[in-house]
Amino acid sequence: MIWAVVLAGSVGCYLLKYLGLAASPALLERPAVRRVVELVPAALLAALVVVQAFTDRQALVLDARAAGVAAAAVALLLRAPFLIVLLVAGGTAALVDALI
Amino acid sequence: MGLAVGLYGAAFGAAATAAGLSVLQTCTLSLLMFTGASQFALVGVLGAGGAPVAAVASALLLGARNTLYGLRLAAPLEVRGIRRAVAAHGVIDETTAMALAAPNPQALRLAFTVTGVSLFTGWNLSTLAGALGSSLLGASAQVALDAVVPAAFLGLLWPRLRHSGTDRLVAGGGALIALALTPVVPPGLQIMLAAAAVGLGFGGRRR
Repeated sequence: MIWAVVLAGSVGCYLLKYLGLAASPALLERPAVRRVVELVPAALLAALVVVQAFTDRQALVLDARAAGVAAAAVALLLRAPFLIVLLVAGGTAALVDALI
Repeated sequence: MGLAVGLYGAAFGAAATAAGLSVLQTCTLSLLMFTGASQFALVGVLGAGGAPVAAVASALLLGARNTLYGLRLAAPLEVRGIRRAVAAHGVIDETTAMALAAPNPQALRLAFTVTGVSLFTGWNLSTLAGALGSSLLGASAQVALDAVVPAAFLGLLWPRLRHSGTDRLVAGGGALIALALTPVVPPGLQIMLAAAAVGLGFGGRRR
């Protein structure tokens, strides 16, 4: 079952990439299409952040991950590079987990 | 950028195996899907016990932005046939950003190719390293990794939050929808449904 997900997702994502190169650029002129595609990542990425940070299956939980993500947000506010942000998040979560 | 991609790729490899994928399945994703956010979403939904359809749909919803990148790159890249089929695989966040920063079409094609080839190589090698290394990780490294994944998503989201109020509104809406639905829908579905927050980006403009 995992193989089916891996392959279906991969083929689908490739076709989405190919479609962009092959489709008529006129599609981009349609404001509604452009707007939806531009905004979807903001909604999905935010959803992924909170689901990965604050949930465990169907429960809302507050644990070391929340501290890690909060520390990452501070690092981003301070304009730290991506690598530092990831290290700060991991380090903070490990530290908090050891303390609680 | 190389080091960050290395850590991000290793984090993906480790996260995927932690979510129950084999090393071969993990590496297949990086080779064939080759678009980080979609890959993380797919293994995130599977790891959370989500339905296969929800896992694929989350990956596709995030992958749809590559279509927009392709539309922008099609004219300056000017590729046809087999070259277009190969170039399409490299249409992702990083290659688009580097290509569109180039001053002319020749530099754009070079930037696209160089970024694409080096990212593809680094991403796949670091995925393999992460997938193989995760079994060696101790408990505290696993805790750290659990926080690195949402932090990586936050890092991808951040530039959008900084430049656009509409994106902030949509992101806030998406986060709220996802949290509110988590207790009531099967795992993974709340991420897809959060896409409805895009509607918030239309309301204000039409008034």
